[in-house]
Amino acid sequence: MSEEYLPDNKGRFGIYGGRYVAETLVPALDELSEKYKLIKNDKDFLEEFRNDLSHYVGRPSPLYFAKRWTEFLGGAKIYLKREDLNHTGAHKINNTVGQILLAKHMGKKRIIAETGAGQHGVASATVAARHGLECVVYMGEEDINRQSLNVFRMKLLGADVVAVNSGTRTLKDAMNEAMRDWVTNVDDTYYIIGSVAGPHPYPEIVRDFNAVVGEEVIEQSKDQIGKNPDVLIACVGGGSNALGLFYPFIKSKEVKLIGVEAGGLGLSTGKHAAPLNDGKEGVLHGMRTYLMQDDAGQILETHSVSAGLDYPGVGPEHSWLKDTGRAEYVVADDEEALDAFKELTKIEGIMPALETAHGLAYVKKLAPTMKPDKTIVVNVSGRGDKDINTVASIEGIEL
Amino acid sequence: MNRIKKKFDELSLNDSKALITYIVAGDPDLKTTLDLMNCMVEEGADIIEIGIPFSDPMAEGVSIQRGHERALSNKISIKDALNLTSQFRKFNETTPIVFMGYMNTFESMGVKQFCKEAANKGVDGILIVDMPPEESTEFSKEAKSNGIDVIRLIAPTTDLSRAKEICDLSSGYIYYISVKGITGSNDLDSEDVKQKVELLSNQTDLPIAIGFGIKDSNSALSVKELADGIVAGSVFVDLIGEGGDTVAKISKKTKELSLAIK
Repeated sequence: MSEEYLPDNKGRFGIYGGRYVAETLVPALDELSEKYKLIKNDKDFLEEFRNDLSHYVGRPSPLYFAKRWTEFLGGAKIYLKREDLNHTGAHKINNTVGQILLAKHMGKKRIIAETGAGQHGVASATVAARHGLECVVYMGEEDINRQSLNVFRMKLLGADVVAVNSGTRTLKDAMNEAMRDWVTNVDDTYYIIGSVAGPHPYPEIVRDFNAVVGEEVIEQSKDQIGKNPDVLIACVGGGSNALGLFYPFIKSKEVKLIGVEAGGLGLSTGKHAAPLNDGKEGVLHGMRTYLMQDDAGQILETHSVSAGLDYPGVGPEHSWLKDTGRAEYVVADDEEALDAFKELTKIEGIMPALETAHGLAYVKKLAPTMKPDKTIVVNVSGRGDKDINTVASIEGIEL
Repeated sequence: MNRIKKKFDELSLNDSKALITYIVAGDPDLKTTLDLMNCMVEEGADIIEIGIPFSDPMAEGVSIQRGHERALSNKISIKDALNLTSQFRKFNETTPIVFMGYMNTFESMGVKQFCKEAANKGVDGILIVDMPPEESTEFSKEAKSNGIDVIRLIAPTTDLSRAKEICDLSSGYIYYISVKGITGSNDLDSEDVKQKVELLSNQTDLPIAIGFGIKDSNSALSVKELADGIVAGSVFVDLIGEGGDTVAKISKKTKELSLAIK
């Protein structure tokens, strides 16, 4: 089977993915799969989706040659895929624009979402506002504290932000709570999952709606570089921005794909969020994938300076790409990410999200080892405005 | 003969219903769990479901989530639950024990190893909440070869043709979830449950137990005629969470439910 056709009809990427949910949700996921199958090749739907991407999101996002940063690092040419310039400031809007159309086609009246950094929550609240649908966003208490700006944005957009105080009070617990809401209100509620994670068909849907990123890069590279880039780099939490960039290139074997996980305080400390580097196979949130877990199968608390990467699992397609060797997964720790955040801000005048900064940190390592005729495209998945409080408080500055 | 079948056969001879009670292993500690299991049996529990604590119990309401958290604060694992079962079996050879929980903890020992040890230690059935039939090939095979029943959930959202498939792949009993929602939900609609369970009982010879939303004699009474057994969980886990003389409280609650349905 060609990679293009994964997942298979059970939602599997090799052994990963699938649908590990309580029975109440199986019929809802079946319905979603059926509807999505019909709609994804429907001309009217695609036209509506593409129209929204152009006129509401502001696509295509530029592929920007970072001339000064390239010179500074002295090696491969670095291009930035500017998802930070999208409406609402991150790649997350691509997926929510698509899923809300799906929700409307299914006749759902109420939207729920989980969020970590708040970007997906904002993107969901935004499209819900635009379509006049009720929206409830689940967010861990810890994340509410470190992303207060996004919490306020969601409220202004009319969403109800529910604080989740179970477990580790972060993204994974927000997802548990969103699942609990969904199972209770399954008849009228559409759950917009924000990453390429969760039970089938979500990993496929979220990937497909984000694939516009990589599709644009293919065209833009033709124009600006004259060929495909040599290396693609993106940060990986759940992995939606990475897969959006990688997916259209999976069959182009000459293009190297590198995902960068959150190394937190360092892999050796155990305080990180890098399941592909230091986790093992298991089942969480409806999917089989690499997880951070102990020997008894309990999910471990994760650590990352960036709320959006603070997740113990990863989208199942990434697990499959890792095992097949098609993509490589590395880590950048908190400190490296903060350095990259500051460096790009100062040298290019582009302030990236702390999530994105993990990808940039690896560019800093890799670019100088490559020849100047090689090119790297890195996904600037989001902008850093939301992280200013975090960065300031690390520096000991009170705003 | 397997303990679950034997238990339902006995009950049906007496025209009686099964009271199935749920508590979490190691909540608040293993010794108390063992005491509670024994007192529940004494007061009329027919089958005991032992919750296996998990860090992310997605299908549970707040009550049972807290139970899992209390057990995890003692680092209780599925191995501890197996040892608890052997302790229980020293003095009780007849009451069926069902392990209920989530895939990741069950898989942590290896599916084959778990099923083998579970059978040796006296576990009679497993109910893995996030394991629909599509994802259970390995578990079904290993459980069957070790004589362990695979109990499956059927929900109000499950249509009849899928319900039939699930019944065909189940053993022990069928667990009918009476409400759309998580454990501990309140709004049990007995008319709706009645219709669904009647349809379901035409699909299978297995006993049907009804769970979710049963917390006192009234709610127990309202569903007792509809099925072969009732499951109560959150109400017990809440009582454990309250603290105090847990054994006395749980005994009293078990008795209340037992009197209501027997």
